Amino acid sequence: MAKIIIPTPLRKFTSNLAAVAVKEGTVIESIKDLTVQFPELAKHLFNEKQELRGFVRIFLGEDDIEDLQGNDTNVAQGDTISIIPAIAGGKN
Amino acid sequence: MSTEIKFSPEELARYSRHLILPEFNIEGQKKLKQAKVLVVGTGGLGAPLLLYLTAAGVGTIGMVDFDVVDDSNLQRQVLFTREDIGQSKVLAAKKRLEALNPYVRFNTYETALTSENALDIIKDYDVVADGTDNFPTRYLVNDACVLLGKVNVYASIYRFEGQATVFNFTNKAGELGPNYRDLFPTPPPPGLVPSCAEGGVIGVLPGILGSIQASEVIKVISGVGDTLSGRLFLFDAASFETRTLKIKRRKDNPLNGEHPTQTTLIDYQEFCGLNLPDHTAEKKPVKSINVQQLHQLLQEKANIQVVDVRETYEYDIANIQGELMPKSEVTNYIPKISKDKQVVVHCRSGKRSSDVIELLQDQYGFDNLYNLEGGILAWAKEIDHTMPTY
Repeated sequence: MAKIIIPTPLRKFTSNLAAVAVKEGTVIESIKDLTVQFPELAKHLFNEKQELRGFVRIFLGEDDIEDLQGNDTNVAQGDTISIIPAIAGGKN
Repeated sequence: MSTEIKFSPEELARYSRHLILPEFNIEGQKKLKQAKVLVVGTGGLGAPLLLYLTAAGVGTIGMVDFDVVDDSNLQRQVLFTREDIGQSKVLAAKKRLEALNPYVRFNTYETALTSENALDIIKDYDVVADGTDNFPTRYLVNDACVLLGKVNVYASIYRFEGQATVFNFTNKAGELGPNYRDLFPTPPPPGLVPSCAEGGVIGVLPGILGSIQASEVIKVISGVGDTLSGRLFLFDAASFETRTLKIKRRKDNPLNGEHPTQTTLIDYQEFCGLNLPDHTAEKKPVKSINVQQLHQLLQEKANIQVVDVRETYEYDIANIQGELMPKSEVTNYIPKISKDKQVVVHCRSGKRSSDVIELLQDQYGFDNLYNLEGGILAWAKEIDHTMPTY
């Protein structure tokens, strides 16, 4: 299994879990596994065309998957995937 | 240039702990004194930023904020005291900072940063520190910095989590680093990611992230160390985990990618999906009711339903015994919302409940919903003076 670290704004869709174990394979397969476990997450991560949204970035370890092999980047057992959304601040 | 900078004996005494730092010394201090830094937003991030930059001896500090000090700011905006409540933030900040360091020149801009004034304000500064609290201003600050060639020292916070980096920085090898558009090409559509007004923030977190920003500003100015350019620092205060991820420039950046398409500032409200021209025209108006009217209906035991769309922890602070259906998951509660009788929807101040009513009217066909004007804050003010406010 690999691990996906869930950012705070999305934890309400993962039963407040800060990290979720997912199947390894490719990055997109791992993330799809996450959205199978937590279906509410899907619309926050992907647009209508099933593309990753522009305010969300995916990292494998320290690297943006765009600098690796994109969605096809290989995820090995024990790897850590980070979902990083844009956050703006404390407007009230 | 820096050789022209002179210090009085009092200044040399003041900055002695910098002067004896081998890597920093008087050359670093001269660079600070010569530097002009603009801090956008004098809130949670701006407070430590301004305090440390002033204490460190940055020569000229500009501050932009349109807001006034509110009691609820004091939980994290440590620049202010109770005496400042109701005062202009930039003027209260200037007074506080002048008392800290008389060798700093302060410029205040008591205005919101906009597409109309941003270039004019930012052009006179060397470095910008972004301590703002909303997506339109984040993109505005970024774009203005890229168009003007200014470094943008960035941090943002949500609940227990913070991000920091340095955008648009050219390193000693002459390589330009990424900017906000490289990291996040587009903002989240409204409603998809909760705002901090709904999510809250732990008060010390902007203190930590703002201090990191101040440290990066000083490094950018002095040339000491390696800045966070090209790296995104993440901090989770709850788990005390930190990560530093690599970020790079993107070919498709509209400002400075391979084929730039944007050469001026744009309408950032529209870019972020806010205040779209046709947005309200298509929607049915939201009906409303004031707290006096609701109070009377409740006293008459009228056949109405009261729905509270705040979060559970807000409900626990104060409530009027409405049925709790948090905005973030309100669509799960549709079957529980009456379509027959009058339904009064409320939140803290009336904004979230209005959004919920728009959604329920437009997508679920409700026409019996009434927004409680001013929310539970108005109830506390006009009906129940013992009710806690937050």
